[in-house]
Amino acid sequence: MSSITGDDVTIGHDEAHAHDDHDHKPEGFLARWVFTTNHKDIGTLYLVFALLMFFIGGSMAMVIRAELFMPGLQLVEPDFFNQMTTMHALIMVFGAVMPAWVGFANWMIPLMVGAPDMALPRMNNWSFWILPFAFTMLLSTLFMDSGGPAAGWTLYPPLSLQTGDSFAFVVFAVHMMGISSIMGAINIIATIMNMRAPGMTLLRMPLFVWTWLITAYLLIAVMPVLAGAVTMLLTDHFFGTSFFNAAGGGDPVMFQHIFWFFGHPEVYIMILPAFGVVSEILPTFSRKPLFGYAAMVYATASIAFLSFIVWAHHMFTVGMPLEGELFFMYATMLIAVPTGVKVFNWVSTMWKGSMTFETPMLFSIGFVVLFTIGGLSGLMLAISASDLQYHDTYFVVAHFHYVLVPGAVFTLMAGAYYWLPKWSGNMYSERWGKIHFWLSTISVNVLFFPQHYLGLAGMPRRIPDYAPQFADFNMWSSLGGFAFGLSQLIFVGVVIHCVFFSKQKATAQVWEGAKGLEWTVPSPAPHHTFTTPPKVTAGMVAHADDH
Amino acid sequence: MKKQNTFIVGLAVLVAVSVAFWLMLVAPMYTGNEINMTRGVSSLSREHYSLHMIILWVCAVIGILVFTAMFTSIVLHRKSKGHEPAQFSHSTKAEIVWTIIPVLILIAMAIPATSALVKMETPTGAEMTVKVTGFQWKWKYEYLEDEVGFVSTLAADSNAARQLGSGIDPTSVDNYLLAVDKPLVLPVGRKIKFLITADDVIHAWWVPAFGWKRDAVPGFINEAWVRIDEPGTYRGQCAELCGKDHGFMPIVVEAVEEDEYVAWVESQTVAHVAATEEAQRAWDFDELMDRGESVYASQCATCHQDDGQGLAPAFPALAGSTVATGPLEEHIRVVLEGREGTAMQAFGDLLTPSDIAAALTYTRNAFGNETGDVVQPSDIAGINKG
Ligand code: HEM
Ligand SMILES: [Cu+2]
Ligand SMILES: [Cu+2]
Repeated sequence: MSSITGDDVTIGHDEAHAHDDHDHKPEGFLARWVFTTNHKDIGTLYLVFALLMFFIGGSMAMVIRAELFMPGLQLVEPDFFNQMTTMHALIMVFGAVMPAWVGFANWMIPLMVGAPDMALPRMNNWSFWILPFAFTMLLSTLFMDSGGPAAGWTLYPPLSLQTGDSFAFVVFAVHMMGISSIMGAINIIATIMNMRAPGMTLLRMPLFVWTWLITAYLLIAVMPVLAGAVTMLLTDHFFGTSFFNAAGGGDPVMFQHIFWFFGHPEVYIMILPAFGVVSEILPTFSRKPLFGYAAMVYATASIAFLSFIVWAHHMFTVGMPLEGELFFMYATMLIAVPTGVKVFNWVSTMWKGSMTFETPMLFSIGFVVLFTIGGLSGLMLAISASDLQYHDTYFVVAHFHYVLVPGAVFTLMAGAYYWLPKWSGNMYSERWGKIHFWLSTISVNVLFFPQHYLGLAGMPRRIPDYAPQFADFNMWSSLGGFAFGLSQLIFVGVVIHCVFFSKQKATAQVWEGAKGLEWTVPSPAPHHTFTTPPKVTAGMVAHADDH
Repeated sequence: MKKQNTFIVGLAVLVAVSVAFWLMLVAPMYTGNEINMTRGVSSLSREHYSLHMIILWVCAVIGILVFTAMFTSIVLHRKSKGHEPAQFSHSTKAEIVWTIIPVLILIAMAIPATSALVKMETPTGAEMTVKVTGFQWKWKYEYLEDEVGFVSTLAADSNAARQLGSGIDPTSVDNYLLAVDKPLVLPVGRKIKFLITADDVIHAWWVPAFGWKRDAVPGFINEAWVRIDEPGTYRGQCAELCGKDHGFMPIVVEAVEEDEYVAWVESQTVAHVAATEEAQRAWDFDELMDRGESVYASQCATCHQDDGQGLAPAFPALAGSTVATGPLEEHIRVVLEGREGTAMQAFGDLLTPSDIAAALTYTRNAFGNETGDVVQPSDIAGINKG
């Protein structure tokens, strides 16, 4: 193994002092964490940042659920309520889920393709360090005189243009997040395209690498579109243009088209890496190769393509021509086909395996079940005529939370438990991991399933108060919400225990059924890995080579 | 032997998964809460309801099958039971089957979905037209064939109870948040076309019993239609986030028999004529202050507050404000035309000249604003034309 732990590293380092330091970690906090160009340390930074944002965005959700606990306004003014829903979504999407996936990409992609680091390490540092500034700025708007943004994360004008001067800071923060994401995406593409070890052909790459590669292209395609949209809002607000102002010859609906041209691929940006993680974990704990590897790659690519031509399914009530509505309905229904292929392949991967149910496996199974429920309600929403009833109700809130929370967030948890031993060198507490899983799974359903009933029964979304007939299910939902929020603290405990206190050392392989290059390096993964590229042969990856 | 085992476990899991689905989709009905989409009272709403039920059951069946396969595997194929892993990794036949079957299901779904949409988008042959305009945070209705039009806002008792920390129990208020001061009265049996638009930001007009919602977009006019089958009161809400009081701009439709409707239009037309006459005569101060107080309470107080102190920073105080105590003409213009880029809307199209004159007289003489000005409806009409 000495060839891959890399004892004589030369990349980007001052060699004078580092020679006998086995790990070659820079000394001192600043050098190690602020000026770092190491993919593992940057990955850790991203993950810690994302977890912090998850709790900040989560507290806002707690405020929302507390106000909705019963009818009447008890806690906050409606305008502040709207700031909470808007900020909650912006923080969760751009601050928690997306950076968490970039963190996983940083840590795992070089390890999975046998590369010594990311292709562009300095840019990597920059793309991370933009984020704390972007989110500090975004959060600071809550303390400004004119308050934070309150028009929903979709920022529809003309309403968003009624935001006060803080709007400029919101737009600038979105620009910074966009720059960070684009740089991250370029780095990932460059790494995957150029730095794969010999023998790691494209169709041998682990699915997580594939899904991230496709995600990175989506990011590059749509983040500039979002940047353009918010820039037009900025000039409409402050410089007297009328892009979206009907009175000045503009078109407020145009904004929605542009936003959702970004927004629909964006939802796949959050979920494709999740598909990848699950496609790694299920084979490991089923001790059986991934079923239909090639089909999985092609399904991911078709989902990515289709995601560009379905955006107006978010706009069925906006008053489009009939032909347009039909087109977007058919295209949206079509997405269910490759999505179905994925679900069937995951089930077939488990079929006739030899399964064990460690925490990563539990979260992955939870994902397959609950994401499928979210996908099925998505199929319902695609039926445009009945969407005229569903749209902008709690039914939609339930749908997208099923795909995002037990969808994206559960796989983030699954991935974290799966690779934590590799990152830290220690095993986490399986017992507490399982407690975390069961509490999360029960509470997330109590939280979101009743929202389907509320929406169907006629409760609109984004309201701070409601008619008493909606009281029972809102109370359930809030109780589920508080329980889910508290359960996530267990995760923090498990991670801290694992990293700093756990006595149980992890082996290189960690999991009996694990395959892939990341399991060939020691645990914890040394600061530098694969400085001499490994030779990849068939059978080393988590899927059969015979597609 | 092995095959049979799989079959029996599979059957047991199928039953368990089906029970779970029943618990999720059907059982909550017995809590006495509404959990499903309304059938509504029009052909469109019934069609949208039945589409919803079809796709719901299609999804439920797919879900039950997928989860049955998965949990059967979870029960049988465990290491703890000594199950040895198979090593197969694909099956072209299976993959083709589970691509084709969903495609066929989707095509079958698309047919009724298309025909429902075509019907919805055919508002031709309407027997009357109502124009609906969304304002922050109220609805204005105009009956285009008749001289009838009015603004509909949240009922006063709901409005009092919904204030933060009001101490009023929402369950003690009739139709809390779903009641208005003036409902939209419509006849049953006629095909009614709606022209839907907005004045400030985007709203959406939604009465679930009619089967659809439609966005009200400033600068655009959307069409939609309904033919109501049964008399009754149908309640709905704004369905597009439109600012702080988005949750507080309900819609109430009173559907009545044709003859009742004709009589109602008659009475409204008389009231309209009276309002026009009223705008032409001179009013005295007390009369204006009285009317002004109630107009202020229903139109202005949500933002500027009952005591005229406003809500900083978005909603300025009127007490001692330079506009409300300054030159009259500018004050009139702000109220008529609104302030662009803020929540202050143009009331020129929303209120009658008498109401505006009354509200102005009131604000110029209440909250310690002692201008002594008496604003007449004719003053307003003059500026509105200019
Ligand atoms: C089978 C796949 C899916 C289908 C057919 C589907 C369909 C839809 C439709 C039609 C809507 C619009 C509903 C409305 O506003 O009336 C919607 C909303 C949404 N979907 Fe999905 N969806 C799918 C998967 C996903 C995934 C994978 C994600 C994210 C991980 C996602 C996230 C969202 C979000 C965030 C919204 C709401 C956006 C908003 O209005 O704020 N969906 N979906
Ligand atoms: Cu979408
Ligand atoms: Cu609204």
